[in-house]
Amino acid sequence: MILQAILFYIFAAAAVAAGVMVVAARNPVHSVLFLILAFFSTAGLFVLIGAEFLAMILVIVYVGAVAVLFLFVVMMLNIDFAEMRSGFVRYLPIGALVGLILLAELVLVAASWALTASGAVAPMAPIKGGVALSNTRALGDILYTRYLFAFQGAGLILLVAMIGAIVLTLRHRAGVRRQSIAAQLARTRAQSVEVVKVPIGEGV
Amino acid sequence: MAIGLPHYLTVAAILFTLGIFGIFLNRKNVIVILMSIELMLLAVNINFVAFSVFRNDLIGQVFAMIVLTVAAAEAAIGLAILVVYFRSRGTIRVEDINMMKG
Repeated sequence: MILQAILFYIFAAAAVAAGVMVVAARNPVHSVLFLILAFFSTAGLFVLIGAEFLAMILVIVYVGAVAVLFLFVVMMLNIDFAEMRSGFVRYLPIGALVGLILLAELVLVAASWALTASGAVAPMAPIKGGVALSNTRALGDILYTRYLFAFQGAGLILLVAMIGAIVLTLRHRAGVRRQSIAAQLARTRAQSVEVVKVPIGEGV
Repeated sequence: MAIGLPHYLTVAAILFTLGIFGIFLNRKNVIVILMSIELMLLAVNINFVAFSVFRNDLIGQVFAMIVLTVAAAEAAIGLAILVVYFRSRGTIRVEDINMMKG
């Protein structure tokens, strides 16, 4: 129990510190790397709380895909980032004010929250304790049955996002020779072969 | 010393606030704004999972997976738009994005 508490505070501190550095880092590449650290720390929190499948998904999807995508874009675009930070100090007071008010409200709500037995709705899909049903197995059991349409919808969203990203970033540069299969197949003999009567001794 | 729901909710609240703080501070840099949004979605996911575990209900984790999907799709589309914008204008400063006079 004490070990769990210590691990919780380590992961939580790492996540919060990484979050601060995402916002405050001077170089966007460092921001992305701290974002990865925040994702890893949160994955640790998820493992602690017993949601190990979601922790692994977090590492795979966020660290493996989203953060790397950010890294690619940051390194691909040639931008003067130092110049972009000129308004940092100007926006600091208003940002700090809004942030502190919001944080105070959220913490007040969160810290005073208690799950009461009375008034609580019965869980729709209770987590079965013990080793008989792992977190992954239990999640799969309801994801592929009761939430099949939500699952398919999520897949559809990813498909649309993939096609959208490809369509947005695909460009045809002028002057690049490409194979046109339709034009190849539509060629007829008349277009492509010419019979020339060559007079003897004169050439074409 | 026992770690309960309020602890997790507090961590999530701090991360969410940091996300909003980042949007305010980095008003000029779209990439950092997108990263702040990812941070906020992460905080939301922590909330979902914490409630799911402490309420003994697996549905929160299912919903957290859907949120994860949408976050990934949003990042992909947002960064694609960013790349296309950078190609056509040569800048990603937020105050230069005013073609539509919004």
